[in-house]
Amino acid sequence: MSAQAIEIDGLTVSFGAGARQLFALQDVSFDVQEGEAFGLVGESGSGKSTVLNVLAGLFPSHGGAIRIGGETFGMRRSLPQRRLVQMVFQDPYGSLHPRHTVDKSLSDPAIIHGLDDVEGRVRRVLADVGLKPEHRFRYPHQLSGGQRQRVAIARALILEPRILLLDEPTSALDVSVQAEVLNLLRRLRRERGFTSIMVSHNLAVVAYMCDRVAVMNRGRILEIGAGTALAEGRFEHAYSRQLYRASSGYDRALLDELWEAR
Amino acid sequence: MSDTVLDVQNLRITFPSHRGPVDVVRGVSFSLGRERLGIVGESGSGKSLTGRAIMGLVPRPGQVRADRIAFMGQDFSTMRGRDLRKIRGKRISMVLQDPKFSLNPVMKIGHQIEESYRLHVGGDRRQAERETLAALEAVKIRNPETVYHLYPHQLSGGMGQRVMIAMMLIPKPDLLIADEPTSALDVTVQLQVLAILEDLVRERGMSLIFISHDLQLVAAFCDRVLIMYAGKVVESCRASELDKVQHPYARGLLASVPRLGDDRPELPTLQRDASWAQ
Amino acid sequence: MSARAWLLSDQPASRRQASLGNWYRNWLAFRANPLAMVGLAIVLLLIVVAVLAPVLPLQSPIAQALGNRLQPPSAEHWFGTDELGRDIFSRICFGARITLTIVIMVVAIVVPIGLLVGTVSGYVGGPLDIVLMRITDIFLAFPRLVLALAFVAAIRPGLESAIIAIALTSWPPYARIARAETLTLRETDYVRAARLQGASPLRILWHHIVPLCTASVVVRMTLDMAGIILTAAGLGFLGLGAQPPLPEWGAMISTGRDYLLDQWWVATIPGLAIFAVSLGFNLLGDGLRDVLDPKRA
Repeated sequence: MSAQAIEIDGLTVSFGAGARQLFALQDVSFDVQEGEAFGLVGESGSGKSTVLNVLAGLFPSHGGAIRIGGETFGMRRSLPQRRLVQMVFQDPYGSLHPRHTVDKSLSDPAIIHGLDDVEGRVRRVLADVGLKPEHRFRYPHQLSGGQRQRVAIARALILEPRILLLDEPTSALDVSVQAEVLNLLRRLRRERGFTSIMVSHNLAVVAYMCDRVAVMNRGRILEIGAGTALAEGRFEHAYSRQLYRASSGYDRALLDELWEAR
Repeated sequence: MSDTVLDVQNLRITFPSHRGPVDVVRGVSFSLGRERLGIVGESGSGKSLTGRAIMGLVPRPGQVRADRIAFMGQDFSTMRGRDLRKIRGKRISMVLQDPKFSLNPVMKIGHQIEESYRLHVGGDRRQAERETLAALEAVKIRNPETVYHLYPHQLSGGMGQRVMIAMMLIPKPDLLIADEPTSALDVTVQLQVLAILEDLVRERGMSLIFISHDLQLVAAFCDRVLIMYAGKVVESCRASELDKVQHPYARGLLASVPRLGDDRPELPTLQRDASWAQ
Repeated sequence: MSARAWLLSDQPASRRQASLGNWYRNWLAFRANPLAMVGLAIVLLLIVVAVLAPVLPLQSPIAQALGNRLQPPSAEHWFGTDELGRDIFSRICFGARITLTIVIMVVAIVVPIGLLVGTVSGYVGGPLDIVLMRITDIFLAFPRLVLALAFVAAIRPGLESAIIAIALTSWPPYARIARAETLTLRETDYVRAARLQGASPLRILWHHIVPLCTASVVVRMTLDMAGIILTAAGLGFLGLGAQPPLPEWGAMISTGRDYLLDQWWVATIPGLAIFAVSLGFNLLGDGLRDVLDPKRA
């Protein structure tokens, strides 16, 4: 077995055919090491979320190969394969079933996978994500956005996945709540040592959370570098630098350059 | 202030609930000159409702009360419906977060702007068309003739927002209220929209109320900032002096955002104090 | 702790408390709507009358008293008597049993079929979706009363045939609703999350999609109930539904129309009964929609 937790080779996703074929992803390749926090940044339409969906097995078809822990993962996945990769979605208001209590949302996956001591697991994972026992039998509409996102994280973690996919986990939250959730994710990663891939349009968040970052644009990976390099603006590609400057605040000079360039 | 465009005193907005009426905005006062004013706060702070109250767009069953809301010295409470409508929508315009909800999906962009022009300004068809193309050009749309014939769903988010701005500027308002106009946009597109707003404010001497959750963005873009928490203004300062704010909520908010190059092992979280809401 | 506080607790200690609390909150919201409460009262009255009709001290609904025919409403016969001297009040009460039977049977047939066809069609998609939806279209293409007429005429007139005919012609809209909802629900993050976690299609349908579709289907059903009762009455009126001497309201109007000018009560009273029950279901449906609408936050 290799030390690579995830190997993605030549991933391609397209819609339509012939001259009208549109590529959502074109020849995307990267590796993520065991225990590493990997980030994908880009603007809308860059394909960053598509990468996550394909990895999660939620996409009907794709070209290229995905190997997780040395094993090839296809479109149809076995239960143990599913258990290995879990995901936290962007919108905490849309990712929890409105008619299911927190308890049901958390125990259902454990029951599907036939885990023992469901009761104990639910209690432990709730405590782990910083929720109190009193939250356990609430419905999503009785929780705040931050609490819902904690439930969504707990739902992913109850299966003890080796890989956690994070699709803009804080972009729908207020900044003060975002800080809490980011702290939580960092702590959980420290304690549990899972591998993670985080997708975000927010450069600062990705740079803060990830060891290595890939910049994506129009379905391709432009470059991959260390999170610290991204934070300091030491990326090579012109698009990455532009993204960096645009993320640094309102910058009139950059804008005039952009307009000139068009 | 000699050149006061808008004066709001003790604005209160109340919504009924099964536990009795809830004050969502509780005594907000500010006055606005020829400047860019940012209103910042988290969800539920009442910042959007404050903007909507000025436009008379607070959804039912919300109740708006204020000691005074005056535009150019004219107090709204003393005005009749028709005169009020003349001010709201004509001299005060509003841009919302998602242009998809504000544009008519089955009408061409050009015709929508034309309609707005003929409603507010009058004039014949040809003149309206000329003005429409000029308005599209003013928001830096490079091929106005093409965009004129498009339907809203054919526009990208940034383009749609620019069209909205173009439409809102047709009656040449003195005050534009922008409620999270760039939150749904990518960073580079966000910059473009902001630049358009900046130019318009400068060239036309228009006032701007910019409502946003993004403290840094507002600090960089506006002249003055109001920070709202739980329906009240907890701090107001010049945008350039944002790093000197005193209120613990404002300080906490600033500190909790990860910045580029952040190497803090943990982000400070906001410890909410019940006294802030008093 | 009072029962109310226990139900409204925002820290429920068990699934049962959470679920009961949710029902109680819905009930509170429903109760706040006076028109919906009127509807509920009418429907409850229908049920009580239907259940208690045999034990109430009523005159027989079928015993004829030809010396006593076409009597106007009086202390003895509250709603008067019909052309065969039968007490109309008693016939209305027993007729409620028939109406309720039709309502319950139609719901019991239509809701499961509609939900099953709609959710499976929407979730599975592909060729199965096309086949199921074309079948639905075929049923949808016939006017309800005409198809029911043809159906009843082909088998034999009677209450059972009427129920089957109504059920057969009523399910397609529910399948459509359920399918449309399923198509949206299928792409929601919570259903995607369930797929990601390895939930089987059956589990997703049953645990995730059906509970959300049921609300709108039940609401629509309640709102449609008036139409169903009217169709049943129409079949009865044409002599193709419940057969004499069963006191079916539509059939009662049908016989009463001969006496409409001189003995108005014979046709008018069952007409009012149909009107009241239809209205009751409509008001109830409106109220339920406000409370159960899944799009409500």
